[in-house]
Amino acid sequence: MPNRFPADTDHLDALEAEGIHIIREVAASFRHPVMLYSIGKDSTVLLHLMRKAFAPARPPIPLLHVDTTWKFAEMIAFRDRVAAQDDVRMHVHINEDGLRQGISPLTHGATVHTDIMKTEALKQALTAFGFDAALGGARRDEEKSRAKERVFSFRTAQHRWDPRNQRPELWNVYNTQVHKGESVRVFPLSNWTELDVWQYIRRERIEVVPLYFARMRPTVARDGALIMVDDDRFMLREGEVVVERMVRFRTLGDYPLTGAIKSSAQTLDDIIDEMQVSRTSERQGRVIDHDPGASMERKKQEGYF
Amino acid sequence: MNDASLATQAHGGLLRFITCGSVDDGKSSLLGRLLYDAGMVPDDQLAALVRDSGASGSVPTGAIDFALLTDGLDAERQQGITIDVAYRYFHTPKRAFIVADCPGHEQYTRNMATGASTASLAVVLVDARKGLLPQTRRHTYLCALMGIRQVILAVNKMDLVAFSAQAYGAIVEEYVSLANSMGITQVDALPVVAIDGDNIGSSSSRMPWYIGPPLLRLLETATLPAPDSTAFRMPVQWVSRPDQRTRGYAGTVASGSLSIGDELAALPGKRTARVTGILVAGDPQPAARAGQAITVTIDREIDISRGDVLAAVETPCEVSSHFACHVVWMGEDALLPHRTYLLQMGTSTVNARVTSIKHKVDVDTQAQLAATRLELNEVAYCNLETDAPLAFEPFETNRTLGGFILIDRATNATVACGMIHFGLRRSANVQWQHLDVDKRLRSTAKGQRPLCVWLTGLSGSGKSTIANLVERKLADSGFHTYLLDGDNVRHGLNSDLGFTPEARVENIRRLAEVAHLMADAGLIVLVCAISPFRNERQFARERFAEGEFIEVFVDASLDACEARDPKGLYKKARAGDIKNFTGIDSPYEAPEQADVHLITDRTAPLELADSLYEVVETRIRAP
Repeated sequence: MPNRFPADTDHLDALEAEGIHIIREVAASFRHPVMLYSIGKDSTVLLHLMRKAFAPARPPIPLLHVDTTWKFAEMIAFRDRVAAQDDVRMHVHINEDGLRQGISPLTHGATVHTDIMKTEALKQALTAFGFDAALGGARRDEEKSRAKERVFSFRTAQHRWDPRNQRPELWNVYNTQVHKGESVRVFPLSNWTELDVWQYIRRERIEVVPLYFARMRPTVARDGALIMVDDDRFMLREGEVVVERMVRFRTLGDYPLTGAIKSSAQTLDDIIDEMQVSRTSERQGRVIDHDPGASMERKKQEGYF
Repeated sequence: MNDASLATQAHGGLLRFITCGSVDDGKSSLLGRLLYDAGMVPDDQLAALVRDSGASGSVPTGAIDFALLTDGLDAERQQGITIDVAYRYFHTPKRAFIVADCPGHEQYTRNMATGASTASLAVVLVDARKGLLPQTRRHTYLCALMGIRQVILAVNKMDLVAFSAQAYGAIVEEYVSLANSMGITQVDALPVVAIDGDNIGSSSSRMPWYIGPPLLRLLETATLPAPDSTAFRMPVQWVSRPDQRTRGYAGTVASGSLSIGDELAALPGKRTARVTGILVAGDPQPAARAGQAITVTIDREIDISRGDVLAAVETPCEVSSHFACHVVWMGEDALLPHRTYLLQMGTSTVNARVTSIKHKVDVDTQAQLAATRLELNEVAYCNLETDAPLAFEPFETNRTLGGFILIDRATNATVACGMIHFGLRRSANVQWQHLDVDKRLRSTAKGQRPLCVWLTGLSGSGKSTIANLVERKLADSGFHTYLLDGDNVRHGLNSDLGFTPEARVENIRRLAEVAHLMADAGLIVLVCAISPFRNERQFARERFAEGEFIEVFVDASLDACEARDPKGLYKKARAGDIKNFTGIDSPYEAPEQADVHLITDRTAPLELADSLYEVVETRIRAP
């Protein structure tokens, strides 16, 4: 059975098989499933698993990218190349209201920007397309409220998560029943760790956005983070200077809200070596996570992925 | 990490375990300390931990309260409540681990079952001062029930018993005999001081008499569970059609192995075929084994769909629709025998009902108690019937083909998990007899289409009055009818049933079955019954073919019904002479989307009967 692996089965094989099992359950049990594609390493692994799950057929589940319009340019270029592949159907959704209001992480701050351009945008898209299941690449090791979340995580018709009222989840039997309007967020990588993800990417030779590898990049030190100057919308504050630094990213989001780390890791082997000795957690570079009034738990209750 | 150490990690595999023990036994401290000793606490989290430890005042200044590491949500910290199972991940150079961290609060049984379902080992904590407690027995029983056969007993707080080897030895001896009596064959024990880290990550100098390995080492070397059984089984998850000619059957191998050329049986049923191709995680391979996600192609076109089980032809699994099983109830509302729930096992979803509760189990003492229903967190041994045959194996030999969940059909909540022990012979011996004359022939002879008109509403709402008028009109028009009145049936067929919720469920089930037989006879059957529960009305609807059932909500306010009180029952109920009276001390779940809604407060019965007759008449006219 998938939850009990014989001793000679590789740990990554076990996680891969579990991920495929979950993705197939979604395809078989829901009417309009979608995969949330955020361009990062976890999404990329998820897409890889989805292809394996249905090979040699084309994956029956489309992708959805919620575009905040503030992603790194390299991410968008990578996304467009993925979307152009033969076996991929990708929807891109932008909160047009937010765009008209000129919502920006630089002027409105991380919390407002994330609420409107990410959480609201996601809810708009899920409702508009009528998706009843949304696969996502979140892992339980990322953050403490994620550790408590189910693999199949129920959402009300208003997209709300109630951590106190989750369905018990036993073995690998997942309750996929929903009433009209309700939906389920599904996390096939729940049991993966950051290290598992990188080791799998190396083993499977999966291409990821180059921002994960160290290069000289123009950066500004701001509020304890190294922010990359990715386009001319970036406004320097008084006293700030742009410095070329050897940096890379452990996690990718909106460029003004994602801190780089100083690193010389230029290959997958380097990254894995670096992780072995790293003494900080993955999301430490996420500016949005440092707002105490906007904990992941609260954001998730309101519909954040 | 170099390739050599990577290979070692891969070799050690993945161990999933659960920790048990009440909060006071030091479970959180043990887990926090384990993560710390495994080097899994990043600096930024450690800094936060040191800060929080100082603020909480739970430990001396400067010390670290490792328990805080595993306390999760804001809501939990603020309200002091514990919200369900959390999963934590760590690894050592030797092995990767997933630990299900279950809260020790009142919802214990449900949480333990959930956590234990994916685990193959349990770490059971005992406080050295207190020895074995009822909880120790309870946790061990639940672990055994969920199929865990391997326990590490951690005797904690050894510093508080002066590191006494004697005290430790006595506890271990008593525990081993307890565990063995429950079928847990392998017990490793060790003395620890969780808060100080003695015997957690490294051996303690304070207990030189203990010569065994520390906890982390025991976890690294624990035996991973052997594959469930050796015979090949794979529940079909998904049928893949990459092109017009090819069909692939995708699923996860539950047990055994498979090679190209093997002959398979598709169960339930008698279809067989030979394997022509295997994809393992998308790549062509000559063979596959337990745990792998595969896609199989076969040499002939046979009908196989999701929920079927592919099994080795020479050792197929059993097929049944009646089972003896244990059920752990997780629902806020009680389990009522004969209520239908959705059952999910492997990849099949069917309707199921508990036909009898043999006994419930006192989880603390394992005593067997009589029961007519099950409340939250209760465990029982039951007979269960499904509305379609299932390929299965006993849970003891195959978790995938013997472990199921039950889902409430109204709320979609997961309300139980269950473990099948064996199939009951009944189902194999009772078969459908073929009859030459069928429903179509019978109804054609009567010149009508059969229909079930189900009238639900409070006592005194006017169901019988309206049904009577409608039947009279149908009979006058030459239709063949029958009126099944709930009260009348209780004089005969249902004379053994009272008015408890359990009895009401069975009452409606029998009414629905009789009405179904009458429709099969080609009749227009009107059913008048309070039928207070949505679940059972849904069951009744599903017994009929599409278009052969209409639900009529005969709606009157409780005040109006009570004022009418045609049988004097409300008066008796108010006086306390009748218990479980619907609307008074027993609930009525009004229909949410009845096919016909008749409000009887102000409109005369004759007028309502006419409007219902019109609806009925359009349905039953022969084509």
